[in-house]
Amino acid sequence: MSLSRDDVAKVATLARLALSEDELAQMTSELTKIVGFVSLLEEIDTSSVEPLAHPLGTTNVFREDEPAPSLPVELAIATAPKQDGECFLVPAVLGD
Amino acid sequence: MQPLELSAIDLVAAVANGDLTAVECTQAALDRIAALDPGTNAFLHVDKASALAAAEAVDAKRAAGKPLGPLAGLPVGVKDALCTRDMPTTCASKMLEGYQPPYDADTVARLRAADAVIIGKTNMDEFAMGASNENSAFGPVRNPWDATRATGGSSGGSAACVAASMSTVSIGSDTGGSIRQPAGLCGVTGLKPTYGRVSRRGLVAFASSLDQIGPMAHSAADCGLVLETIAGHDPLDSTSLDEMVPSYTQMLEEPLAGIRIGRVPAHFGEGLDPEVAAAVEEGFRVLEAAGATIHDIDLPHAKYGVATYYLIAPSEASSNLARYDGVHFGHRTSEPCRSDAFDSPLVEMYCRSRAEGFGPEVKRRIMLGTYALSAGYYDAYYKRALQVRRLIRQDYLDAFAKVDLIGGPVSATPAFPLGEKTDDPLAMYLLDLYTVTTNLAGVCGISFPCGFTGSGLPIGYQLQAPALAEPLLLRAADRFQRLTEWHRRRPPSA
Repeated sequence: MSLSRDDVAKVATLARLALSEDELAQMTSELTKIVGFVSLLEEIDTSSVEPLAHPLGTTNVFREDEPAPSLPVELAIATAPKQDGECFLVPAVLGD
Repeated sequence: MQPLELSAIDLVAAVANGDLTAVECTQAALDRIAALDPGTNAFLHVDKASALAAAEAVDAKRAAGKPLGPLAGLPVGVKDALCTRDMPTTCASKMLEGYQPPYDADTVARLRAADAVIIGKTNMDEFAMGASNENSAFGPVRNPWDATRATGGSSGGSAACVAASMSTVSIGSDTGGSIRQPAGLCGVTGLKPTYGRVSRRGLVAFASSLDQIGPMAHSAADCGLVLETIAGHDPLDSTSLDEMVPSYTQMLEEPLAGIRIGRVPAHFGEGLDPEVAAAVEEGFRVLEAAGATIHDIDLPHAKYGVATYYLIAPSEASSNLARYDGVHFGHRTSEPCRSDAFDSPLVEMYCRSRAEGFGPEVKRRIMLGTYALSAGYYDAYYKRALQVRRLIRQDYLDAFAKVDLIGGPVSATPAFPLGEKTDDPLAMYLLDLYTVTTNLAGVCGISFPCGFTGSGLPIGYQLQAPALAEPLLLRAADRFQRLTEWHRRRPPSA
């Protein structure tokens, strides 16, 4: 199947990537090729196969609900690109 | 005594009995990095002062008569995908340039507790996405056997630093072949343990159901030594296995008599380089000489492995990499973010920060994964890939009912010239043909040298084993290395 420029632009919005027109054009052609390749899987009858999300038969792992020390705030935010010593700073969410 | 000519096992013994100091070993590695790495680019970060301080602490411990850890004085290169609290952790991405995590990965903490010396952080494909190490934002690694060729990837720096003896061992990670393939192309031994054998805490997440940390070294026995330290349950990684860690190095003596090794005829089809095919076939003869028997088997869904992998891994990556939002850590755009083209200044900040921080392959995978998970396509792509994943795993379960190990090639060709495949993402994906199914099934695999091409490039042999069968996997590879000298060859530059 073939993807259009607009399909790819929509995916870029979902993926939160600001792509230039050049990148969109290149991505459209590359993704069309890759999606064409992975469509190989359509030839397998999977109607009675349960999906396998994880190689281990892992189920939920619980621990006792006991308070324990965690990463201190100053360390957790030290690497943020913008912070005020207590909080992460972001642009206005609801307008200025 | 030249520390970097010793195996890891001999080096730690020499440090323990006082024939070498940890400082001598560390200084030898630092000197070699200074001499060779400008031409190789295997390291993204080397901190001489902290490496020497760690080594001095080991020597002081010994001088005070205190017991030494099992890796005392061992120089280790660590892939830049593992968090280190005293060194940057960039995943070879501009997104994380300069980022220094507030904690150590579980593997790093275990290495330090075992008195190993972390020499530096090794180069890689950005966020471990690639098979040539050319996707690093900080330049490709050059293959120590031929500087015009790629190392493979994504753990290319970890493979090259061992190949060129800039460190005795290294740590890589393997999501679809990222330890085994560069090990093969660089002539070293690389182990991808069973999924969950080594904690993933502090490994920057790429595809969480596939990622696994493992050792790289000159021999299987040295990989076993490192695995003894880094394997084990971690209560802070709920997917790490709560299973006893065997003494791998103590389990190498038992002969291979009676061990059945599967050979997949389809592995030797079109596309396999004839010199690689010949060396790998010869590898089966060596294992036969060690007492194993060879049996042709089939993995009927293996041909769907790459397609399955390139739906599942990018889907998980698109979700994992959502954390790079310009808020919590990493790159944030300096654009004003007041354009009407976006829903809000916040969304614009996300979109621009991510577009500026990620390189082309990472963007491609995020896009592919987002597409495969998006409404209307989920069933056709992601869910179907998960169904085929079950069929692939079932193939392995069926095969391992008949044989104990599966042998074969690790890559279709020896190391290829830098730049040869960079314009064709799909051609790069197809390089993962022989390695991705190991990860999809969650079993373990190892790659080690089984010969050289006429032009002097290493050729890798891959063995795969059932989940948690690392003792047998390492034993078979060790037997192979007792009968051959390929793993003792060193590149001319080294």
